[in-house]
Amino acid sequence: YTHLLFSRQFSDSAGYVGFANLPNQVHRKSVKKGFEFTLMVVGESGLGKSTLINSLFLTDLYPERYIPGAAEKIERTVQIEASTVEIEERGVKLRLTVVDTPGYGDAINSQDCFKTIIQYIDNQFERYLHDESGLNRRHIIDNRVHCCFYFISPFGHGLKPLDVEFMKALHGKVNIVPVIAKADTLTLKERERLKRRVLDEISEHGIRIYQLPDADSDEDEEFKEQTRVLKASLIPTFIPFAVIGSNQLIEVKGKKIRGRLYPWGVVEVENPEHNDFLKLRTMLVTHMQDLQEVTQDLHYENFRSERLKRTGK
Amino acid sequence: AGPVESKNEAAMSELVPEPRQKPVVPMKPMGINANLLGYIGIDTIIEQMRKKTMKTGFDFNIMVVGQSGLGKSTLVNTLFKSQVSRKSSGWNREEKIPKTVEIKAIGHVIEEGGVKMKLTVIDTPGFGDQINNENCWEPIEKYINEQYEKFLKEEVNIARKKRIPDTRVHCCLYFISPTGHSLRPLDLEFMKHLSKVVNIIPVIAKADTMTLEEKTEFKQRVRKELEVNGIEFYPQKEFDEDLEDKTENDKIRESMPFAVVGSDKEYQVNGKRVLGRKTPWGIIEVENLTHCEFALLRDFVIRTHLQDLKEVTHNIHYETYRAKRLNDNGGLPPMTVETEENHESNL
Repeated sequence: YTHLLFSRQFSDSAGYVGFANLPNQVHRKSVKKGFEFTLMVVGESGLGKSTLINSLFLTDLYPERYIPGAAEKIERTVQIEASTVEIEERGVKLRLTVVDTPGYGDAINSQDCFKTIIQYIDNQFERYLHDESGLNRRHIIDNRVHCCFYFISPFGHGLKPLDVEFMKALHGKVNIVPVIAKADTLTLKERERLKRRVLDEISEHGIRIYQLPDADSDEDEEFKEQTRVLKASLIPTFIPFAVIGSNQLIEVKGKKIRGRLYPWGVVEVENPEHNDFLKLRTMLVTHMQDLQEVTQDLHYENFRSERLKRTGK
Repeated sequence: AGPVESKNEAAMSELVPEPRQKPVVPMKPMGINANLLGYIGIDTIIEQMRKKTMKTGFDFNIMVVGQSGLGKSTLVNTLFKSQVSRKSSGWNREEKIPKTVEIKAIGHVIEEGGVKMKLTVIDTPGFGDQINNENCWEPIEKYINEQYEKFLKEEVNIARKKRIPDTRVHCCLYFISPTGHSLRPLDLEFMKHLSKVVNIIPVIAKADTMTLEEKTEFKQRVRKELEVNGIEFYPQKEFDEDLEDKTENDKIRESMPFAVVGSDKEYQVNGKRVLGRKTPWGIIEVENLTHCEFALLRDFVIRTHLQDLKEVTHNIHYETYRAKRLNDNGGLPPMTVETEENHESNL
């Protein structure tokens, strides 16, 4: 009489209940829903931010880019521009929003240039708090900034005063990942020196950058697909990531790769010996979940409790 | 303090104008020259979520309701292949039936395949056992709402916990007596009231007292009665998310209520150890689909719909409760900084 309703794919060893299948159930629902992620990029004009974003996600987010001249820049204040791209890979859908901040650091007097950025981040928190406190919570959209790439110029001797001020103002509101831009202007030795300098200054000023959760050493994942074998536990040792981006494809040994062609050679974006691009991308992609969690559990909750204390009885 | 909504509205108009939103850009298709490095790795987020689920473990709260002696405790033990019910917590079978409905929650942590589950079994001794059973579902409804209230209080707290402890009832197994005739008035009343606040899964208890034909007829009759009385049991039609869900759930709904048999005793059958009941005329194997539908119930509740039971509880039943509370109070409970002492009195 019995028509089997379920394909009996579950092992029925004695004592097996089957709730170990829960992660698969959660997975199935998440894949159906898709994911949302918001990444902010901050840094002076001309540090290669847009190029890097295009390289990271293999897309052209800025097709008709207009680059203003210096005279125009004098008038400009910091803008906030958000672009959304939908990426699907192996059945997983990601709705990625990149928030750009053109004008940052351009003005002669950059005193207030991060006020707009802070307001934007707070605005997203405010909106989420409002939605979360509302009656209908079925379709809350999470536009909170989950991660901020902060671009450090390779031309200086470390952090600039503006860099320090920005990071101090924002480290309690967003996960900051410092990135050394245009790394092809530095030799490997110069890079190491700069990285060390930057890290010293970060610690000197009590700046809290995003901490990667410890990879349990016995479950140390190896990321083979994207890079030569890279251990999860080693990724933190490369921060700040020294990166290069490129929108151009160059032919090297019969293959077309993203790179920059110089008279003295070709810099390959996705070559781990040339720069940390792949490590940055691996880190971002494998920590999306954690970045969202820290945003929710730390930055948002701080905002929320401050906000509620202010409006309370 | 007035309702939070209006304050937020005012604040938002002072904020920066909407950022310039560009139209959504679909990802450019990969060129013919794209090599392996054209892979970004977005799908690893699934692995991250899986790791997180395994690390944090999860709560699951299951309530059993039905008259004494219908095998509730035994069935729960069978479901989780562990001694997790009242039966195994020093409860004496000879104990007198309580005069009112009692709510007894027993918690256990069980682990399987690296996944930790904090299972709470909520038993309701005394339900339906009195001479006058009027309103005997009230203590149960009260308990369920109390758990929603507890969760809500924590959620609106200023300094709230990262993971709010979840004591809400995710699933209520309602045991129908295998009379072979129809549902009893008490069954209808209970399910009418409670199907609006909790996921109810009706089961036909002690199904080994019916033959195959009796079983089929009884199930059909019960299903008809539930339909006629507008009782939506889990999985509710209105919450099917898409066609895939609807197809899968339609099949399940058509075979419910499952006719089950429970046992925590093992016997040897054809060289295997099986859970069963030994009678002079044969051994009833609990996990044998030709004997009863226990395995279907187990697969349904635990192996395929466990997460969904929690989600429907959180996204639908809890939200309904919350919305009612918001409307009743004219706003959320005041969100002052709550000390341990005044926590209770604020509501």
